[in-house]
Amino acid sequence: MDVLPILSTLKRHKTAAGLIVLQIALTCAIVCNALFLIFQRIDRIGQPSGIQEDELVMLQVSGMARSGNDEAQTLSDLQVLRQIPGVRQVTVVNQVPFAPSSVFSSVRTQPGDGPPALSASTYYGGEHVVETLGLRLVEGRDFQADEYVGSAAANEENPNIPAILINTSMARRLFPGESPLGKPLYVYGNVPHRIVGVVERLVSPNPGSQEESGQSTLILPIRPSYRGGAFVLRADPAQRDAVLKAAADKLLHNSPGVKRLVREQKRVTDMRSAYYRQDRSMIQLLAGVCVALLVVTAFGIVGLGSFWVQQRTRMIGTRRALGATRGQILRYFQTENLLLTTVGIVLGMAGAYGISLLLMRQYELPPLPAIYLPVGAVALWALGQIAVLAPARRAAALPPVVALRG
Amino acid sequence: MLTYYFELGLRSLRAHRGLTVLMLLSIAMGVAACMTTLTVFHVLSGDPIPEKSARLFNVQLDAESMESYQSGGEPALQLTRQDAEALIRDKRGVRQVMMTGANIAVDPEGSGLSGQAPFFASARYASADFFAIFEAPFQWGSGWSASDDASEARVVVISQSLNERLFGGADSRGRTLRLRDKDLTIIGVLKAWRPAPHYFDLTLGAYAPPADVYLPLATSYALRLGGSGNMNCWGGNATADPRALGANCAWLQYWVQLDTEQQRRDYLAYLHQYSDLQRQAGRFERPSNPRLRPVMEWLSVRKVVPSDFRLQVWLAFGFLVVCLTNTVGLLLAKCLRRSGEIGVRRALGAPRRQIFLQFLVEAGSLGLAGGLLGLLLTWAALWIVRMNPAPYAQLAQMDWQMLATTFVLSLAASLLAGLLPAWRACQITPALQLKSQ
Repeated sequence: MDVLPILSTLKRHKTAAGLIVLQIALTCAIVCNALFLIFQRIDRIGQPSGIQEDELVMLQVSGMARSGNDEAQTLSDLQVLRQIPGVRQVTVVNQVPFAPSSVFSSVRTQPGDGPPALSASTYYGGEHVVETLGLRLVEGRDFQADEYVGSAAANEENPNIPAILINTSMARRLFPGESPLGKPLYVYGNVPHRIVGVVERLVSPNPGSQEESGQSTLILPIRPSYRGGAFVLRADPAQRDAVLKAAADKLLHNSPGVKRLVREQKRVTDMRSAYYRQDRSMIQLLAGVCVALLVVTAFGIVGLGSFWVQQRTRMIGTRRALGATRGQILRYFQTENLLLTTVGIVLGMAGAYGISLLLMRQYELPPLPAIYLPVGAVALWALGQIAVLAPARRAAALPPVVALRG
Repeated sequence: MLTYYFELGLRSLRAHRGLTVLMLLSIAMGVAACMTTLTVFHVLSGDPIPEKSARLFNVQLDAESMESYQSGGEPALQLTRQDAEALIRDKRGVRQVMMTGANIAVDPEGSGLSGQAPFFASARYASADFFAIFEAPFQWGSGWSASDDASEARVVVISQSLNERLFGGADSRGRTLRLRDKDLTIIGVLKAWRPAPHYFDLTLGAYAPPADVYLPLATSYALRLGGSGNMNCWGGNATADPRALGANCAWLQYWVQLDTEQQRRDYLAYLHQYSDLQRQAGRFERPSNPRLRPVMEWLSVRKVVPSDFRLQVWLAFGFLVVCLTNTVGLLLAKCLRRSGEIGVRRALGAPRRQIFLQFLVEAGSLGLAGGLLGLLLTWAALWIVRMNPAPYAQLAQMDWQMLATTFVLSLAASLLAGLLPAWRACQITPALQLKSQ
C-alpha cells in the first residue's frame, strides 16, 4: 500500500488529523498510567497476611463493671470458647490484621536507652497463638507452655519474657545473612527476649499503610486480658458463623455478677474485605474511566472517519472508476487510521512517561514499568482499526458512478 | 440575533442527530466525571467551622525524648496529661480545651429502660470550654462549668441521636445516663451536629461522626472510664498507667481560641517559654519546638483528604480533556459540512464576526444541554458514591455552589470546544463555496 498519497491527503486536513492524534495520545497516556495504578492496587489487595484468614473469627467483649480478676476471667473465657463444637483452636491476642488498633514498639538489640534498631508491629499472643492464627514457622520453634505470661506480669518495669517470635522480614533486616535464633532482643525492659523462632509471614494490623515502613512484626508470649484483647477462634470455614454466634453467647454468660457486652464479632475475611474497600472502589473507578476513555475515542474516530468518507466521496468514486478495488479503498482508510494512531501512540507514550513522573513526585509511586507502553499501544491500534472499519466499509461500498454525479 | 442563532443552532443539531448525541454524551460524561470527583473533594476538604477556623489553633509541644530526634521535625501530635493540665491552668487563650475520645458501654437500664441490651457509644472526655470553643449547638441545657471540672462532677451531655434512642427525643435533662456501672446526670442535649472533617480529633477517623456522650475529663479519670484513640509513649514509663499524670505518653488533643494576631503571637511566645521552663526542669529534652496551627493548616498538614481523591479529580479532568478533543473534532466535521450554507450567508452580507457568533451560540446551546445531562449523571454518580459504607460517603451531597459549577464548567467546556470550529467556519470564503456548488 502506498503511503504517500495518504500523507498528502492528510496534509490537507491538518486540523482534523491533529485532533484525532491528540485524542489518541491523551487516551494512551492516561490509560497506560491508569492500568498501572489498577494493577498496583490489585497487587496490594492480593498480598497474603500470613494468617489462616478463611478459618478465623474474632470477638471482643467488655464488662459493664470491673471484674475482680481479669486474668482468671480471661482463662475461664478461653476455656469455654474451646468447648464450642467446631472450634479447632482458640487464643487471645492484642491485635488482629485488618483491625483498626495497632501497637508499635521500638526494638533494641542492646539493653539500655541506646537508639532502637527498628520499630515493629507488636503482637501479644496467649497460648496456642501460632497454631490458631495458622502461622508457618520457617526456623526455630513455637513458644513453650511455660513461656507465656499474663498481662499483669508484662506490665512490670523489667518483665521476664524469655521468648519472642519475629517474621522473616524483621529477621532479614536485623540479622542479614545469619540465623536470628537465640539472639537477644529488648522490647520491654532490660531482660532480653531470646528469638526462639521465625514465622514466614505475618503482616501488621494495617498492611500497606505508610506507618508500616519496615513490615517488621514480632510476637511476645503475653496473654492479654479480655478487656484489652481479642479472642481469635479457628474453625472450619463453613462453620464460622455458627461458631461466632455460639462464642458471643458463651462470652456474654461467662461472667457471673458482671453484665457484659460483645464489642466486635467478625470473620477475618470480612475484616480484610472492609480494609481494602477503598482500593477496590479505586480499581472500579479507574477501570470505568479507562473503558469510558476508549469508548469516547472510538466514537471520535467513527465520527471523524464518517465525515472524511463523506467529504472524499468524489475522490473515492474517481479511484474506483480508474480501477481501484473495494479492498484497496478499505485498506486506504485502514492504513490512514494506522498512521494516525501510530503518531498518537508515540506522542501518548511520551505523555504517559510525563504523567508517571508527576505521579511519582506527587504520590510517591514507583515509575511506570515499560511493559505498560506496548500494552497501551496494542490496545489503541486495535481500537483504531475496529473503529475505522464501519466508515471504511461504507467508503468501499461507494459505486464508481458517484464520481460523475455533481 | 442571538435567539435566531439559537434557533439555527437547534435546527442544525437536530439535523445531525447521531453526531449531536455523540457530542452531547461526550460533554455530559466529561462534565459528570469532573463534577462527581470535585464534589467529593469539595466536601472532604471543606472548612468545618468557616466563621471561626482562623481563630482556632491546635497546640503541639515537642515533649518526646532525644531518641529518634530530628532537628525541626514534627512534634508529637498530641499533648501529655501533665502539659495539657499545665496549659489549662495558665489559661492564656480566650478559650482552651483538652480532650480525648473514647468508646464507652451505655447501659440503658440505668436510664430506667429495663430489658434493653447495653451498647457502645462514642464518647468525648473534655474540659469545660469544649462546647463554646467548637460551637456545639444545644437543643436543651448547656455544657458544664470549670468548677464542674474541678469537682469531677458526675454530669454528661448527650447527642441528639442518643437522646432519640434512649428518651425518644424528649427533654432528658436531669435523667440518668449509666456508663458501664457509673451513673451520671444529663445536663444538656445537643442538636444534630456533624462537623466534617472531624477536625478537632483526627485520630478516630477524619470523617467520623462526633461523639454521642460528652463528660468532664476529670470525671473520666475519677470513674476510671478509659479512653481510645492514638497514644504515643516514649522513654521508660515510670508508671504502668499511660494515662497517669506523670506518664511520658501523648494522647490529649489541645485546642485554643485566639482572636487577634497579637494574641496568637503572645501565645506562641508563651509556648516557647513553657517549653524552655520544662527543659530547664529536666522534663523536656529537645529544643523548644512548639506548633500553633489554625484549623485549615492543621487539616492540610495532617493530609486529611486521602490522596486518592486528588488523583480522582486529575483523572476526571484528563477524561474531560479527551471528551473535549472529541467534541472539537465532531463539531469541526459538522461545521465544515455546512460550508455551503456559510458561503451563502457570507455572500448575502453576513460579516465574519456574525458567523463566528452563530457557531459559538450553537456550541453554547450544546454545552447547556450537556450540562443538564451531566447534572443528571452527576446525581446518579453521587448516589452510587453514597452507597459506599465509608463514613465520608454520606457527606457526598451536591450543593448550590457545585450545581452552578456544573453549568459553568459545561458551558465553558463547550464554548472552548466551539472556538476552533467557529474560527474555521468564519474563514470560509464565500466565492469558492458558491462556485463549487
